[in-house]
Amino acid sequence: MNIGVLALQGDFAEHLVMLRHLGVETREVRLPSHLDGLHGLIIPGGESTTIGKLAVTYDLIRPLRTFAQEHAIWGTCAGAIFIAKEVYRDQPLLKLMNISIQRNAFGRQVNSFVHELLVPALEQPERPFRAVFIRAPIIENIGQNVSVIAELSNGNNSIIVSARENRFFATSFHPELTKDDRFHRYFLEMVEEG
Amino acid sequence: MALDKRSFALALARMVKSLYESQVQILEANVENEVGTFAVKKGLAQMLKGGVIMDVVTVEHARIAEEAGAVAVMALERVPADIRAQGGVARMSDPELILQIMEAVSIPVMAKVRIGHFVEAQILEALGVDYVDESEVLTPADEHNHINKHEYGIPFVCGCRNLGEALRRIGEGAAMIRTKGEAGSGDVVEAVRHARAVLGEIRKLQNTPDMELMAYAKKIGAPYKLVQETKELKSLPVVNFAAGGIATPADAALMMQLGVEGVFVGSGIFKSGDPARRAKAIVEAVTHYNDPKILAEISRNLGEAMVGIGISDIPESERMAVRGW
Repeated sequence: MNIGVLALQGDFAEHLVMLRHLGVETREVRLPSHLDGLHGLIIPGGESTTIGKLAVTYDLIRPLRTFAQEHAIWGTCAGAIFIAKEVYRDQPLLKLMNISIQRNAFGRQVNSFVHELLVPALEQPERPFRAVFIRAPIIENIGQNVSVIAELSNGNNSIIVSARENRFFATSFHPELTKDDRFHRYFLEMVEEG
Repeated sequence: MALDKRSFALALARMVKSLYESQVQILEANVENEVGTFAVKKGLAQMLKGGVIMDVVTVEHARIAEEAGAVAVMALERVPADIRAQGGVARMSDPELILQIMEAVSIPVMAKVRIGHFVEAQILEALGVDYVDESEVLTPADEHNHINKHEYGIPFVCGCRNLGEALRRIGEGAAMIRTKGEAGSGDVVEAVRHARAVLGEIRKLQNTPDMELMAYAKKIGAPYKLVQETKELKSLPVVNFAAGGIATPADAALMMQLGVEGVFVGSGIFKSGDPARRAKAIVEAVTHYNDPKILAEISRNLGEAMVGIGISDIPESERMAVRGW
């Protein structure tokens, strides 16, 4: 299995380390030709405006959308923003996944945090996942075929922080910043399912 | 008083945002979160990797930087080249300017404090800036001590010239490091010298037996634990950018090929003939740093680079990189 990580900007190296540790082949994707032969793609955390602008300049938007017709794509934080249909701002998007996203929903860096999430879809669901939220977005609305994978909840209110729609997967936090590989395993299973 | 359309829209947007945030805060207050921990501070720097952080002195500059694809902006009153030219005491910027820039862009905003000036840092934390640069570009406020950066909920970046200096700053709580170079010079030679020093010392550390680590830590004036950690990781324990004198896409790609994880560009953009174009080219050069064909393409027709001043023409006493202890 060969998994690409979009390497225009952001913490792509952290994803590559995690993938190699799981024994899959990896490739940094900076140009359209780098997508050839990949089985799945991760779009990392970073600045979504920077990633979007570079994707436009290097003609990646259309090839990425074509790739998405047959392959699994996972976006973490900025990556989740980039694959969303709506972010309420004028910036380049792939518009793949039927979710709307509120950027910097918790505020600035001073409000960044780590929170232990219980995620039923992961292996060992009883073991909390330490989710790192950095100037994080949230998933505000989801479309019909989108299922919630993780949410922050206090009993009365809840906020969606991870969702899946068939081949597309979004997390508003950064599994690549931890040593816990369960989200990466989950994505590799998605890739295998085709 | 009649509001014009734009102010009305802005006021409405603020109202919606504050309503929305109050809901988020209620929720946050009820869940146990770790805020301001080292992982969270270092995390933002990890998101900036492969990117360009640009010095800006006006809201207009900040918008140009964001439009060009900067990952963050450094809000300043004067770029280093002007500080050098005009002289006088260089201090933290007016909070009003910083707030205006924070309002104008969606990317992270950084701001500088003087070395050791912990109250300027408290003020920036109160403003809610995303990163503080305890910087040799400003006039130092303390000739012996740097700020105890562990005490703050917001992260700090600090400059260094070698591994010892980098690890002292990390020991004090810096969550990101940048090699100093010589700010405002437009001459990349010092940035190269400092990056080669830090990265070269890390390479040599790989061959240093564990038994010699304490003596080595003593020699370079670095915390022993961090020397051990650096050897294990084969890299600094935090993200490492280059700064000081980067003026062209080729300079930026040079620093990336040497092994840094991103670049700060100070005077190099807004002291050049066509800032918007040069800014975009430098952003692209950091992404495609290993692709000479693309570098050739993006280096074409950028207009005048900043004039600059060769390092040998800057007297020792006027060099900024020597500030910091």
